Amino acid sequence: MNEAEKATWRTKVGLAEMLKGGVIMDVTSPEQAEIAEEAGAVAVMALERVPADIRAQGGVARMTDPKIIKAIMKAVSIPVMAKCRIGHFVEAQILEALGVDFIDESEVLTPADEQHHINKHAFKVPFVCGCRDLGEALRRIGEGAAMIRTKGEAGTGNVVEAVRHMRAVMSGIRWLQSLREDELMSASKQLQAPYELVVEVHRTGKLPVPNFSAGGIATPADAALMMQLGAEAVFVGSGIFKSGDPKRRAKAIVDAVTYYNDPKVLAEISEDLGEPMVGIDIRQLEEKELLAPRGW
Amino acid sequence: MEKEAITVGVLALQGDFEAHLRMLQQCGVQGREVRTVQQLREVDGLIIPGGESTTIIKLMQRYGLDEAVRQRAAEGMPIYGTCAGLIVMAREIEGYPQQPRLGLLDVAVARNAFGRQVDSFEVDLPVPRLGEHPLRAVFIRAPYVTRTGEQVEILAKLDGKVVLVQQANLLGGAFHPELTDDLRLHRYFVEMVRAHRKQQ
Repeated sequence: MNEAEKATWRTKVGLAEMLKGGVIMDVTSPEQAEIAEEAGAVAVMALERVPADIRAQGGVARMTDPKIIKAIMKAVSIPVMAKCRIGHFVEAQILEALGVDFIDESEVLTPADEQHHINKHAFKVPFVCGCRDLGEALRRIGEGAAMIRTKGEAGTGNVVEAVRHMRAVMSGIRWLQSLREDELMSASKQLQAPYELVVEVHRTGKLPVPNFSAGGIATPADAALMMQLGAEAVFVGSGIFKSGDPKRRAKAIVDAVTYYNDPKVLAEISEDLGEPMVGIDIRQLEEKELLAPRGW
Repeated sequence: MEKEAITVGVLALQGDFEAHLRMLQQCGVQGREVRTVQQLREVDGLIIPGGESTTIIKLMQRYGLDEAVRQRAAEGMPIYGTCAGLIVMAREIEGYPQQPRLGLLDVAVARNAFGRQVDSFEVDLPVPRLGEHPLRAVFIRAPYVTRTGEQVEILAKLDGKVVLVQQANLLGGAFHPELTDDLRLHRYFVEMVRAHRKQQ
């Protein structure tokens, strides 16, 4: 009898494939997780504080208390993700031991290592990592990330950075496609990315793993914008539970990611959603307050 | 013309519908994304992909696709569900009696029955209907079938657990051939669609 192989690269990327066309929502309690599942979220991100509160409260942001993660895992049947600090492989080991379905090695938490990210190949659980451009995406995939999300600027309710990062990734891919094969080594050097992955993107015209969007999505229109720019699914953090009517907004964003190319549907579902989260003009933030530059 | 041109729809509300469209293309068949009742009218068969079953069924209900698919199924249109698709098609979902479903396949399924993501796996699965060589089957937070009705034919079992079934025009599998290069199960479904089209 042949042996089953667990936690292969194909099963890791496979779960990311299953989440495509969906919305992954930040939640801080079992009650919020149930609201997210009921609205049609494909997964939830179990957190102690949403990014907007992390931003407001300051201090060192760490992995969520396992008690909260376990309570959320018990409350819903959809996949549960959790964040660990960049480079903090022991937080990742703990999250894997808890049985979370995906780990986000996230710039939203305070980095634990300013030079190295986690060797994600060493884990059974799949990882998602943030990026601002193609080189950063391919470095993370080289380390074993089974899903990439553009970073945006978490906790701002402002989609401008998400747009910037998605455009950078997509135009980077188009640039690679346009090169001759004998130019790819130089491109690899320029991107500071693994040569084999550069060759793969040149050949296929897409990232080797699903490419999602995060950081600043607050409305159904924001979500549809990211999908039209090339995102294959979206993460919504503070945008839902920091808004006036989380249930309606969550549902509307789920629908927007499915019907992102249908302005008539988008018009219907955008109606009367109550107050969106209060946004932040990113130009008013100081350099040290930005989360996206974390990661290397 | 030896083979009539058919169009196979892939329900594109959420999930790995693009992977199924790629398989159809490799089978030499016209595939089509289905997001609306109108688009459903224009296809000869339907694949319900992998994804989150709770998300897919909710979107089907919100946009009237649940009733429309039930009606096409009753008219004999072939439908193939993978993983979440199998759950959506099932008559009964163990432990989640409140979860809406199409109730087409006379089976009960258990969700996430092999465990959470860290227990996801791939394995060589014998499927005698498709020939001697086993299928490389990828199971991701996969369900399996815990009860089958009289009209349901079991096409594959893994360690005694039912993972592939057929009931007349309905095909349901717990695993993801669309994540591999093995086209046999998609070809088998395409032949079901052709046979149905011929009858009409």
